[in-house]
Amino acid sequence: MSDQAASALGARRGSALRQWLLAGLLLVIVSPAAAAPLKVAVASNFLAPLEALAEVYRQQGGPALQISAGATGQLYAQITQGAPYDVFLAADQARPQRLVSEGTALTGSRMTYARGRLVLWARPGVELPADGLAGLQRPSVTRLAIANPALAPYGRAAREALQATGQWSALSDRVIQGQNVGQALQYLATGNVSHALVAASYTRLENRPAGDYQRVAGRLHAPIRQDAVILAGSASADQARAFLAFLRGPAAADVLAAFGYRAAGPSP
Amino acid sequence: MNLTPVWISLQLASVTVAVLLVLGTPLAWWLAMGRSRWRVAVDAVVALPLVLPPTVLGFYMLILLAPQGPVGGPWLAVTGETLTFSFAGLVITSVLYSLPFVVQPLRDAFRGIGPRPLETAAMLGANRLDAFLTVACPLAGRGFVTAIVLGFAHTLGEFGAILMVGGSLPGETRTVAIAIYEHVETLDYAAAHALSAGLLVFSFVALLAIYTLNGRRRPGVGL
Repeated sequence: MSDQAASALGARRGSALRQWLLAGLLLVIVSPAAAAPLKVAVASNFLAPLEALAEVYRQQGGPALQISAGATGQLYAQITQGAPYDVFLAADQARPQRLVSEGTALTGSRMTYARGRLVLWARPGVELPADGLAGLQRPSVTRLAIANPALAPYGRAAREALQATGQWSALSDRVIQGQNVGQALQYLATGNVSHALVAASYTRLENRPAGDYQRVAGRLHAPIRQDAVILAGSASADQARAFLAFLRGPAAADVLAAFGYRAAGPSP
Repeated sequence: MNLTPVWISLQLASVTVAVLLVLGTPLAWWLAMGRSRWRVAVDAVVALPLVLPPTVLGFYMLILLAPQGPVGGPWLAVTGETLTFSFAGLVITSVLYSLPFVVQPLRDAFRGIGPRPLETAAMLGANRLDAFLTVACPLAGRGFVTAIVLGFAHTLGEFGAILMVGGSLPGETRTVAIAIYEHVETLDYAAAHALSAGLLVFSFVALLAIYTLNGRRRPGVGL
């Protein structure tokens, strides 16, 4: 091939590449806004249900969700620093409330999207007290993992339930606090604790740890409400509203129940 | 503000560096002077904590140190204590985590001495241990200072692995990095700022000291 021919071929290739790039650019520019995914920041404990909800939502014709999971406090810190999410699904009520009062989330957008439940879980081969929390002082309970009550709603609920049954101070030297409820479960799954008080939603995980579990009566602790807000910086606030309406609806309630949550109910 | 986590971190860093000096000095010597064909592989193993995410170390530790684990089991049988959620468990984790920060500066310092001073010592009748203790170690003084400061500072800054195996027990395993994380999580930004600024200043001063000491030479570690 002569140099001339080679350079001509190179130029043709170059122009073909340019055309493709141009076409791609146009495609990006003219794509309808409706196809833009809704950016959702979610507390890690709700990641699996949200993925299932996203699938149902997409089947109903809603936009795809672009999901970022993390600890509620970390996500809150990111949001106050301008992280570009549309919707924030927190694991508690405090952070969404705070975002609304700071003006970072839309006034009136806050709602409870799920109510969590606690279960008492025992490692395989370890006795699960038949009398529930009242039986936790037995020697078979060597270590009890809970989420940190100061950080995590499930931790606070676990402490309330232990206090309500008179176990809290008696068990204080056996309680191990995880940073969040996921870490409390991790301690159980790796055999580092004999028992754990964790979210009922974990009993629905496909790869849940072995061992028996039983539900903790909801009257032993204040409701574990998980609240959602729409962020003030969202460019898709209408779509975000539509998604929150979907979360309150019957289709979402089925998914929530399947994952061990109670449906939203009224927000106080 | 509660300063117990600072105290825990200082204790952890001191014990970790002490253990690493005892274990790391012979290892660094062997890496610098040894002729084994395993040397390169061991060098690579020592450097692993530099590149692995702390979560990998934390995950393995959670399994190894568990009451039924290959390390935690025998420990429980002998001491009656579990290794996870304990200060001893944090020391084991930190020793692995900070290993390259102590061993690599020592290895490079020993290598920098070269064979001649040791040959001279041998000619003058010193046995190998004598030569090591009275000739090599003093000559590697800067390497020791670098190793101690880097190992100490790096252990103070340890977070991910400790988060996974520590359980954040106040006065036992809640280190300064964990305390900062919890202050951020609970929106106590004032306390988070105070502890963070303290750690930042300390780390800067520590590095400044090493760089000043070593003149224009970079500390002998893959930083």
